[in-house]
Amino acid sequence: MTANVNIIGLTRDVYKGLPTTLCAGCGHNSITNHLIKALYEYGVEPHNLAKMSGIGCSSKTPAYFVEQAHGFNSLHGRMPSAATGAKLANRELMVLGISGDGDTASIGLGQYCHLIRRNVDCTYIVENNGCYGLTKGQFSATADVGSKQKSGKINEYATIDVCGLAIQLGATFVARSFSGDGKQLVPLLQAAFSHRGTAILDIISPCVTFNDHEGSTKSYQYVKDHDVVLHTADYISGGKEIAVDYEPGTVHDVQLDDGSHLLLRKLDTNHDPTDAIGALRTIHDASARGEFVTGLLYVDTHQQDLCARERLTKVPLARLDEKALRMHKSEWSKLMESF
Amino acid sequence: MPQRTVNDFTIRVATVNGSGSQSSNLVLTNSIFRLGIPVAPKNVFPSNIEGLPTWFDVRVTSKGYRCRTRDVDVLVALNAATWQQDVAGVKPGGVVVHEATYPLTGETQREDLTYYAVPFNALAKEHFSDKGDLRKYLMNMIYVGALAHLLEIPAGVVEEGLRAQFRSKASAVELNMKAVTIGIEYAREHLEKRDKYYLERMSGKTDGYLFMEGNRAAALGCLMGGCTVAAWYPITPSSSLCEYFIQYADKYRVDKETGDRNVAIVQAEDELAAAGMVFGAGWAGARAMTSTSGPGISLMAEYVGYGYYAEVPGVIFDVQRAGPSTGLPTRTMQGDVAFAYTLSHGDTKHIVLLPATVREAYELAMDAFDLADRLQTPVLVLSDLDLGMNSWLTKALPYPKKPFDRGKVLGADDLASMKSWGRYRDVDKDGIPYRTLPGTKHSNAGFFTRGTGHDEEARYSEQPEVWQRGLDRLLRKLETARTTVPAPVVDEKGRNVAIIAYGTTHHAVVEARDKLHDAGIDVDYLRVRALPLSPEVATFVKRHERVYVVEQNRDGQLYGILRTELPPHLIGRLESIRHYNGVPIDAYVIVDPLLEAERAPAVVAE
Repeated sequence: MTANVNIIGLTRDVYKGLPTTLCAGCGHNSITNHLIKALYEYGVEPHNLAKMSGIGCSSKTPAYFVEQAHGFNSLHGRMPSAATGAKLANRELMVLGISGDGDTASIGLGQYCHLIRRNVDCTYIVENNGCYGLTKGQFSATADVGSKQKSGKINEYATIDVCGLAIQLGATFVARSFSGDGKQLVPLLQAAFSHRGTAILDIISPCVTFNDHEGSTKSYQYVKDHDVVLHTADYISGGKEIAVDYEPGTVHDVQLDDGSHLLLRKLDTNHDPTDAIGALRTIHDASARGEFVTGLLYVDTHQQDLCARERLTKVPLARLDEKALRMHKSEWSKLMESF
Repeated sequence: MPQRTVNDFTIRVATVNGSGSQSSNLVLTNSIFRLGIPVAPKNVFPSNIEGLPTWFDVRVTSKGYRCRTRDVDVLVALNAATWQQDVAGVKPGGVVVHEATYPLTGETQREDLTYYAVPFNALAKEHFSDKGDLRKYLMNMIYVGALAHLLEIPAGVVEEGLRAQFRSKASAVELNMKAVTIGIEYAREHLEKRDKYYLERMSGKTDGYLFMEGNRAAALGCLMGGCTVAAWYPITPSSSLCEYFIQYADKYRVDKETGDRNVAIVQAEDELAAAGMVFGAGWAGARAMTSTSGPGISLMAEYVGYGYYAEVPGVIFDVQRAGPSTGLPTRTMQGDVAFAYTLSHGDTKHIVLLPATVREAYELAMDAFDLADRLQTPVLVLSDLDLGMNSWLTKALPYPKKPFDRGKVLGADDLASMKSWGRYRDVDKDGIPYRTLPGTKHSNAGFFTRGTGHDEEARYSEQPEVWQRGLDRLLRKLETARTTVPAPVVDEKGRNVAIIAYGTTHHAVVEARDKLHDAGIDVDYLRVRALPLSPEVATFVKRHERVYVVEQNRDGQLYGILRTELPPHLIGRLESIRHYNGVPIDAYVIVDPLLEAERAPAVVAE
C-alpha cells in the first residue's frame, strides 16, 4: 500500500466533494474536512455511502464530500424517515445523515426521536450553531437561555439538549464535539461509523455570520473557553493491534461491533460512557456551569439495530425479485380456496 | 297472503356497537350466499368502540347488484336507543323482528308493517347465563336463527355458514349453533309467518365467488406486487390494509428455517414519517408503500411533492373517508380525488388509480408498484371505506401474470458501457429519465437527489430556463402516463346520453342503468380508472350529447378535473351528479336527477 491511498486503495481526492457554498470560516466547513479525513481513513466505499440530509446550511454539506456517493437532500426535518426507509431497503448502505439544530431540534424533533428509538443503523450528525443561518440568524431550539442574538435579543426559552434527549430516548451512541477539534472529532466519527445502531454526534459549529458575537454561547470564543473535554479519543480499526501504553484504570476501551476499538483516555473528569444516568448528570452539571462537555457521552453496544430487530434477510430488500417475493402458484390457489 | 317477494330485499340489523353482532351478521350473509343468492353486505358503523348505534345491511339481490339500497325491508331491531328511528326507516309492507320488550306505541306501531317480537334477552339469559361475556354474542346468534326460520333458510345451511365463519373451531360452531337453534325453535313455536319475504335457492349466480374486503385484496396486491417496505400510521378506514399485509407477510415472506424476513413493516410516528420512509426506501430501490386516509394524505403532501419533483417511486393507498378535517372517520366518500391529483404545493400532477372492485383493488395495487417504478413518481391508489372495509362477492383473485416492471434503472454494467449519463436527461423523449440505485458499484453511479431546483445532471440550479425545462419534462412524463395508466372501461352502444363515474360509484351506476333502461332511457358508460385522464375520455364525451359525471363528493371533483382538461367546446356537455352524506351511493341518486333532466321537455308538454 502506498502512502497516498487508504485501505481500500482510494486516494483522498475521492472523498472530496464540490466546493462549499457556505460562508468562509463556517464551522460546518471544518466538519466537512474532518468528515473527509474520517471517511478516507476509515475506508468507506463511496458506492455504498448514502449521504442524507434535511434542509438548512448543515444539510447542504453532503454535496461537499465524496462526490461519487449517492446523496439525498430531503425535506426540512424529515431526513430521519428517509434514512430509515433507505436503510431498510438496502441494509448494506452506510447511512450518514447530516442535520442542523433547527432541522433536528425544532421542525424535525419528532423524527429525530423516533429514529433514535428505532436504533436505525446510521451516523446522525447535528451541525449545531444555535441559529438559523439561511433565514438570517433567528434562534433555534438549541440556543442557550441567556444567549444573545446578533440583533441583541436574548433567548428566554429553555434549550433542547439533543444529546441529553437522545440518551433519554435510549440512544446507543451519543457524542458531542466541536467543529474546531479535529483531533477529537475524527476518531469519534470513525467510532460512529463502526457502531451498529444510531450514532448521534452533536457538533458545536459556530455560525460566523449570525452567531459569533459577544454574548452568544455558540461563538468560537465562547466555545473555546467553555469546552470541557472529557477524554482524548483514539480509534483503532478492527484487526489492528492496540499499541498504546496506558496505566490501568486510565483508559476506557469501547469495543465496537465491527471489531474496532475507541480508546478514551480519561482527563480530569471521571466520566463513564456506559452509565446513562451519569452521562445525563454530566451534561446537566456542565450546562448549569455555562459549560459543555465533549467526548463520547454514552454508548451501548449490546442493542440490536432496526434491521436486526426486524430480522431482515441479509440480501438487501431492494434486490429481491419475483421469485423471492411471490408465493408459489400452488400456495396462492390454497390461499384462495381458504376463503 | 300478499304476493311473495323472493330473493330481492334488504335486511337491516340494528345493534349497539361493541355488542358482538359482527359474527352473527356475517353468518347471516354467508348463509344466504350458500343458498346461491348474491348478497351485498354494508356495514354502517360509528367512530366508537362501544355504545353507539351500528347498522348492518344485507342486500339480497337476485340480479347481483353490489351497491347499497335505500330500502329496508326487514329490520332486526336490537338497539333500544334507535328503535323509533329504525322502525321509521322500514319500507311499507316490511317486517320488524324486534326484542320483545321494546314498546309498540305511537310511531313505532305502524299499520303497514309486520311485527315479530322475540324475547332475545330473556332467551339468552335462560340458556347462556353461564357464558359470561359470550352471552351477548350468542344473543345475536339467536336472531340469525329466528330470521332463518322466517325467511326459510335451512338449519343445515346456517351451520355451513357458521363453519365458514369460525373455520375449524368446532366448539365455537357447536355453541353458536345452539344459539341459532334456540332462535329457530322459538320462531317455529311462537311466530306465525305473516309477511311476504322469502329466500329460495338459486343456481349459477354465485359459483366460484368468495367474500373479500377491498383492503385485504389491496394487501394481497402489495404482497404479489413485490412490496418489501411498508410504513404506516393507523387510521380508519385504512388500518386493515396494512394489518392484512402484516398478516400475509408474516406467513409468506418469512424463511421458515431461518426466520429471516424479506419485508420490513414499520409503524411510523405519523403519516409524514411514513411517507418519508416510503420515498427513502423507493430511492434506495425497494418497492415501498404506505396506506392511509384523508387526514394522512394531508400530512403526506410534503413528501409526495418531493417524490414528484425528485422523481422517486412510492405507492400511497388512500382509503377515503368522509372529510374535510377529521370528518366522519367511519363513513365513505370520494372526497380526496382533486386533492390527491395535485397533492403538495407548486405545479404537481400525480398518478391516481381508482379501483372500483375487489378484483381491481388487488390488480391496481400491483399495477401501482409497476407504474411507480416505470414513471419514477408517487402513485396514489384511491379506494374508499365502502370498498376497503365491506365484504364484497368476488371471484377468486388470479395469480399474477406479469413480472415486475422495475422501469429504467441502470446497473454497473450499463454504466460501464456508457460514456456518461445524467439522472434527469430525457433520453427516450418520453419524459422519463434513467436512474441508478445507491449501492451500484460504479464510480459514475452516484448522483444527488434533491427537492431543490436541479438540471439534467442533477446539479443544483437556479437558472430560469433550467427550472422551466425541468417542469416541462415532468409534464411530458405526465403525457406518457396518460396512455400508461389503466385505461377507462367503456360500455358504449351509440346512445346520446352517457354516464362517467369511477371507484365504488360504479356499482350504483350498474343498477341505475338497468332502472333507466326500464324507464326507457339507455345510457352509455365510461368508468375512469386513473388520472391523468386517458385521451379516450375526451373522445367518449365527444360522441355524446350529454354526459352525467357521477361521484361521491360535494364539489364534483372529477367533474372539475374534466372541465379543466377537456377541450372547451365539450365542457358544456357535462352535468354533475353528486352524493356526499357518508353512506355509500345508491342507484336512485343517479336515476332520479337523470330522469328528471332527460324527461324535462316531456314534463313541460304535459
